Order: sequence, then structure tokens, then C-alpha cells
Amino acid sequence: MAKEVAVLGVGMHPWGKWGKSFVEYGLKACNDALDDAGLEWQDIQVVAGAETVRCGYAGYVAGATFAEALGWNGAPVSTSYAACASGSQAINNARAMILADMADVVLVVGADTTPKGFLAPNAGERWTDPDWLRFRLMGCTNPTYFALYARRRMDLYGATEEDFAAVKVKNAKHGLANPNARYHKEFSMEQVLESPMVADPLRLLEICATSDGGAAVVISSMEYARKCKVDPVKIRAVSTITPTYPMTSIEMPYFSTDSAAAVPAPQRSFKDSISHAAYEEAGLGPEDMSLAEVYDLSSALELDWYENLGLCGAGEAEKLLRNGDTKIGGRIPVNPSGGLACFGEAVPAQALAQVCELTWHLRGQAGARQVEGAKAGITANVGLFGHGSSVICSV
Amino acid sequence: MAKEIAPAIAGWYTSGDEPHLIGSQCKQCQTYFFPKQELFCKNPVCRSTEFDEVELSRRGKIWSYTEHYYRPPEPYISGEDFQPYTIAAVELEKEKMVILGQLANGVQHADLKAGLEVELVVEELYEQDDTAMTVWKWKPVDA
Repeated sequence: MAKEVAVLGVGMHPWGKWGKSFVEYGLKACNDALDDAGLEWQDIQVVAGAETVRCGYAGYVAGATFAEALGWNGAPVSTSYAACASGSQAINNARAMILADMADVVLVVGADTTPKGFLAPNAGERWTDPDWLRFRLMGCTNPTYFALYARRRMDLYGATEEDFAAVKVKNAKHGLANPNARYHKEFSMEQVLESPMVADPLRLLEICATSDGGAAVVISSMEYARKCKVDPVKIRAVSTITPTYPMTSIEMPYFSTDSAAAVPAPQRSFKDSISHAAYEEAGLGPEDMSLAEVYDLSSALELDWYENLGLCGAGEAEKLLRNGDTKIGGRIPVNPSGGLACFGEAVPAQALAQVCELTWHLRGQAGARQVEGAKAGITANVGLFGHGSSVICSV
Repeated sequence: MAKEIAPAIAGWYTSGDEPHLIGSQCKQCQTYFFPKQELFCKNPVCRSTEFDEVELSRRGKIWSYTEHYYRPPEPYISGEDFQPYTIAAVELEKEKMVILGQLANGVQHADLKAGLEVELVVEELYEQDDTAMTVWKWKPVDA
């Protein structure tokens, strides 16, 4: 229990395609999180930023950019980049400073302004960069990987296109009640199945868009929270692990898996090991979770996460979905926020947004999408180049 | 006159009737790598920096596959007549690894399934300055 830290405040700028500077989104999220915490900016001792690589130098030094925007207050800053896992790394940096008694209260923030269409690699001729080469030599986009996993589920476990569509239908319904979601539109199974095929078997409505957005979390020591006289949601675990060699699943942006010819594959796959590490640290298991926020970059990928999080066994995710277990009101609601299906991805903000969502549910403040009696929840995602990301929060 | 032919990337595969992907194998721990690893062994218990260049198995089994209906962003080079293409992940038994690649031209997506045996071929990826730039692709053995 010694490793707990408190979530004092959370805030978000709604996701969308607003066409403004990422700084504006982050600033709004910061001010909301500060208000939610009942703190002033001057109370913040450290700023931990999550970097965006699409917004120029200001994005590379996100921690400083937001500190300057709030008005320099002398606080030390850090900036983390771990692709989609950047937010979790920023939380973990903040947590480490609190647990090391180097700070009592830290502001964590990430925001992004994204271009249209497929996420593309950095420009230029980059013949030693696998992320550039996969596009050049194979036309291998991010949805390529999502589609490979989806087809594998179909051929191995009998998943159907209707199952994948049902995930989208579920998440679209969840997102209707989320004011921070970008899309507030219900979809029928037929509408999803009639949307254009992008990377077979995945259709346009099943692949997440890229969005603008911002999210911030104020975290503190438990002692500081007590002084503020609040009974806070607690961060019980942060897993930012990398894979164990050999990584035997094909992951972005690689051309191949590692070879298991000389060194046998580890006991757990990379994605299984991410939540395993979080559960171990929290002293909790999948059976203790009331909800999960997972990275549904594609509708089918959400099904993989059910298994990676231990919510069911391998090959059982479709059963969980078909039973209605993962919708609000079910046994273990997944993506009550609406997930990426309703948000689209704002890379450095997304893992923070997941923690905001857990916090609202654990406080009973999630409104019409509230998971009743939520006691604990888990987030999960993976950042390009081997960045695991999972946070467990509890009341 | 026949078009000039050149690899889109040098040193990643051999040409001829029976092309192979060129990988590397650690001289100390024997681990395979593709693309070839030349600087350091990625096995955490091996500090070797010496590798043999090896031809990888040219046959494997499909792990998964996907057909693409949209033109991907640059740096992919596609002409005005963009055609859907399929990418497969292929398991090599001896090397115990999965390697990606496009499927050979003309392969019907509907005929694919996980476990299907494929072999390596070299085909044009795009044309540049009247030269056919080639890349490795996977082709079903019975096609």
C-alpha cells in the first residue's frame, strides 16, 4: 500500500477536430483539473508533460510549454514521449517524484492537434527507420496491424465481422452520454457493416480516427490529500513495462517478430504482461475490476484486450461480448467512456483521458454512463516501439 | 525493351528463381534477425556483435493477412491507378519468427486462410525513372 498516490483532480478539453493549438486544449484541461482539485496553479510543485511530435518544438517540450502557458511559477518540469503510452509515462514520472518525497503535488498534462487521415511517419528519406520503411516497402499502415490481429481472431477463434461491428455499436452507445467524446452518434450493426472496407476485415467505422484533445490529472501524496481533506481516488499501480525478449507478436512498426529459435518465448505475451505487472503492483486481480478503459484502435482490438487483461481466457472474448458482459450494466463494462471509437486518438492525451474516466466512475460522477458501485478500474494501451501502459485506480 | 530492374532496398533479399530474404544470425547465441542485425545482438543474455549473413527459409505459413482498399500515405509510392493490395504475416518454422510482406500480384484474398503455405517471390513494387523497383512478396505455393 506504500506506493499509493492520490488523484486530486482531473480535467479534459473535449475531443474533436477543432483546428486550434494543442496548448489551448492542454490549458483548458489543466485549469479544469486544478479547479476539480480545489488548488491554484501556484500550488503545483512539478509539471509532467506528455509530448506531441506533431506540433513542432513546443510539443517536444510539452512540460515547459504548459508551464509557460499557465504562467512560469518556477516549478521543475519533465516531458515524456512513449507514443500512445506517453500519458502513462508522465503519470509514472510524477508518481516517482511523489513517492521519492521530491514533490507533494504534480500536474500531469498531455494534448494534441492531429492531421487528417492515416497517421504517417516523419517526413524525409529515412532508410534506417523501420517506421518509415514499413510504409515505403509494404504500404503497411497502422490499420494493417489491427487488421492482422482481427483476421487472426476470425481464423483461430471463429470471430465474425458482426462481433467486430458489435464492439463499435456498444462503444458508440456508451459515448452518447460523454460530453468529452468527439462523436455522439448511435450506430446500428447494419450501418457499421455497410461502411467502406479499409483493411479487411476492418471497416471505416471500426478504425479509430485521429483527434484533437487534451487531458490533465493532478496527483499528490496521500498525506497531501489528507491535508486537503479529501478521500481521493488512488492510483494503485502504473505499468510502463517493455517486452521481454523474444517478442513473439507482430507489433507496430516492425517487419518481423523476434525469433524464438534460440531463446524460447516468454511465459506471457507482451500485452498479457502489461496488465499482469499492474495487477501485481496493485495487489489486485482482474476479478477485482469494476471497469476497464482499453485502446480500441480498432473494434476487434478491444476483444484482444479482454483476454490480455485477464477478463476472460484466450478465445473467449467474443463470448464475453455476446453475453453483454462488457456493456454498461454488464459484469465488467469496457470503455464506458465510448473508447477511441467515440474519441478518436489524441496520442499524448489519451492515456490520461483513460485515467480521468476511471476517476469519474470511482467517484460516482460519470453521469448517465456511470458504472454503478465502481470500486476499481484498469486502463491499458501500448505505445509504438515497445511501450506498455496500464494504470489501476481504486476508491 | 525490357525495363531495368532494381531492388527498392539493397541487401534485404536475393534475386533469381528462388529468392530468399537476407537475415542475420548471431555467431554466439544463434538467434535470427530480419531485417539483419549487424550492430548488437538483441538477446538480453548475449553481448555478441558478430553476425553471419543468412538466407532465411523461403517458405512459411500464413499467420494472418489483410487486404487494403485505401491508398496509404507517403512514403508509399503508388501510381494513379491505385489497386488494393494484401499484406500477410508469415511464420517461418526454422527461424521461429513471423515476417510481413505484401502478397504477390493477382493472389485472390478470398483464397487465403491462416496456415496456408506460401513462398517468397520478388516483384515490382513501383516504377521510378523507367526502372522497376522490386520488393519481396509472399505467394501461395499452389497458386
